[in-house]
Amino acid sequence: MMTSFLFRTLDAKAGVFIAILLAVIVAVPCFNLLVPETSSFHLPTYAVTLMGKYMTYALLALSVDLVWGFCGILSLGHGAFFALGGYAMGMYLMRQIGTRGVYGDPILPDFMVFLNWKELPWYWYGFDMFWFAAIMVMLVPGVLAFVFGWFAFRSRVTGVYLSIITQALTYALLLAFFRNDMGFGGNNGLTDFKDILGFDVQADTTRAGLFATSGLAVLICFLICRAITKSKLGKVLVAVRDAESRTRFLGYRVEHYKLFVWTISAMMAGIAGALYVPQVGIINPGEFAPANSIETVIWVAVGGRGTLVGAVIGAILVNFAKTWFTAALPDLWLFALGGLFVAVTLFLPKGIIGIAGDLMKKRKSTPSKETNDTSGPSATKTPDPEPAE
Amino acid sequence: MSRPNSLLYLDGVSVSFDGFKALNDLSMVIGPGEMRAIIGPNGAGKTTMMDVITGKTKPDTGEVYFNGVVDLTGEDEASIAELGIGRKFQKPTVFESHTIWDNLELALKGPRGPFATLFHRLSAEEEARINELLKVIRLGEKAHELAENLSHGQKQWLEIGMLLAQDPKLLLVDEPAAGMTDAETAETAELLKDIAKTHAVVVVEHDMTFIRALGVKVTCLAEGSVLAEGSLDYVSANERVVEVYLGR
Ligand SMILES: Nc1ncnc2c1ncn2[C@@H]1O[C@H](COP(=O)(O)OP(=O)(O)OP(=O)(O)O)[C@@H](O)[C@H]1O
Ligand SMILES: [Mg+2]
Repeated sequence: MMTSFLFRTLDAKAGVFIAILLAVIVAVPCFNLLVPETSSFHLPTYAVTLMGKYMTYALLALSVDLVWGFCGILSLGHGAFFALGGYAMGMYLMRQIGTRGVYGDPILPDFMVFLNWKELPWYWYGFDMFWFAAIMVMLVPGVLAFVFGWFAFRSRVTGVYLSIITQALTYALLLAFFRNDMGFGGNNGLTDFKDILGFDVQADTTRAGLFATSGLAVLICFLICRAITKSKLGKVLVAVRDAESRTRFLGYRVEHYKLFVWTISAMMAGIAGALYVPQVGIINPGEFAPANSIETVIWVAVGGRGTLVGAVIGAILVNFAKTWFTAALPDLWLFALGGLFVAVTLFLPKGIIGIAGDLMKKRKSTPSKETNDTSGPSATKTPDPEPAE
Repeated sequence: MSRPNSLLYLDGVSVSFDGFKALNDLSMVIGPGEMRAIIGPNGAGKTTMMDVITGKTKPDTGEVYFNGVVDLTGEDEASIAELGIGRKFQKPTVFESHTIWDNLELALKGPRGPFATLFHRLSAEEEARINELLKVIRLGEKAHELAENLSHGQKQWLEIGMLLAQDPKLLLVDEPAAGMTDAETAETAELLKDIAKTHAVVVVEHDMTFIRALGVKVTCLAEGSVLAEGSLDYVSANERVVEVYLGR
């Protein structure tokens, strides 16, 4: 039943996207591991890791698109859920270090020994087990989002006010995690990881494996998001986005719907953070920076809000540009990003996916009824051929 | 009529906005299956009355009961809708980026919880019902077009269709004929009369031809309370009604 739920809404365009994603997931590790280093087709490991990082950003963007693009909740605090997932994974990785740390303490991470702590704080229990950490990666952001959403949505905080309190949320966590006595490594965060599930985190094969896992996570979450947004629940979400109070008068409890997607979305962001940390090798409070969350929203806007595929493309393209810019013209990146956002808002309200959709429509001189499934917010505007089935 | 055998019972309802009394000690009773027309000048409080009934606005004082027993002032919009009160807004409000079909599907009576809708699959009966409604509101041809492309009058009809899809016990219809041609207005009156055979309906309208076509009991509101109530001829013969409303 679950599989039919995930797959029944797929159409040709989603199929193309999935095929490309699968090809990348397979090809990147192959060009890294199977092609000899001497060959010009060899993909260096740093590139694999870079792309793995982009994949985790793509997943974060997907989670933001689910709430913003489809339900109109502009979250400027999704970086918090991402970072919490990252910390949960970081705690597992710290505990894998064992006696290999600088101080050689079998239980306590280095920073705790340094702070003269004698015992592991209770909230670090269990993180030596991967399964426990894996659950926490979703549970911690999920519970925080649920509690936050419970209060915010019930009190009908919407629009700019909601965006501002999401910023406040991530900022408060930033300040909290900076403190040494929180027990998360303070300023320096968690780093010097050695291995994950027994594999050396630096090894080429582990890197390739993490990349592939990140890619698969994007794929699975894409399928979940798509199943959600194409269901009747998805139609209610769009109704809430466009006319919230009208939806209430039809008998839908808007706060429950918001809470549902908000929590799912936070859990996806947590997974993204958890996959990010072993690839970049560090998690510190900087990940809670309000600017990070804002940047994520820009990726989604650039790719095309409310399209899912657009979020993935936007995240990857903007971060490619960022990597290039910060190497070539480091001082200009923020200006470029700001300019990009303004340009997209003014000239491309439907993002990259929107232009692609428009171009395709132009090329087909006879506009058939089933065009533009993925174009702009109109992914939701598409004449839905389903009812006729 | 007493409260226990009423469908909708308002007693002494007052609402003020920043000191301005939009409703002032309003009392009105609608019986089960009754159709009632509401008239009154701009700002009389007609829309505010619907806001109070549907939970959008909480009254400062007064009682609002549905079915004689349910105190509506303690319920929110969603539960009032679930109880069986549907509403068409003065400014037609449909889901613009959804198709006509999806608008109707969303309104269609059925479980309203997130998990129910997540796994919902359109049944053959539901599909048949939507097709039937499309015929009633004459938008069958446009079923898969976006609601934003509809004309004002078509949006009015779509919203009436959504009301029907909800199948409430009581329909509150705010100015259904606004922006319609005379022919469309007459058709709308016929449609509402048809609906009234099986539902209780409260309809607000300024168009007197329309009110006359309905041929039901009329309540005239002014300055937040009832000015006169009775047949259209009786109400329009009332001096005060002529003075504040009809005579202008
Ligand atoms: N939310 C509000 N805040 C302040 N004043 C309001 C509010 N809602 C309504 N009013 C005022 O209350 C009065 C009654 O408004 P209402 O919309 O109920 O009138 P109406 O009888 O529906 O008029 P119309 O025929 O123009 O639709 C008006 O003077 C209006 O300005
Ligand atoms: Mg009004």
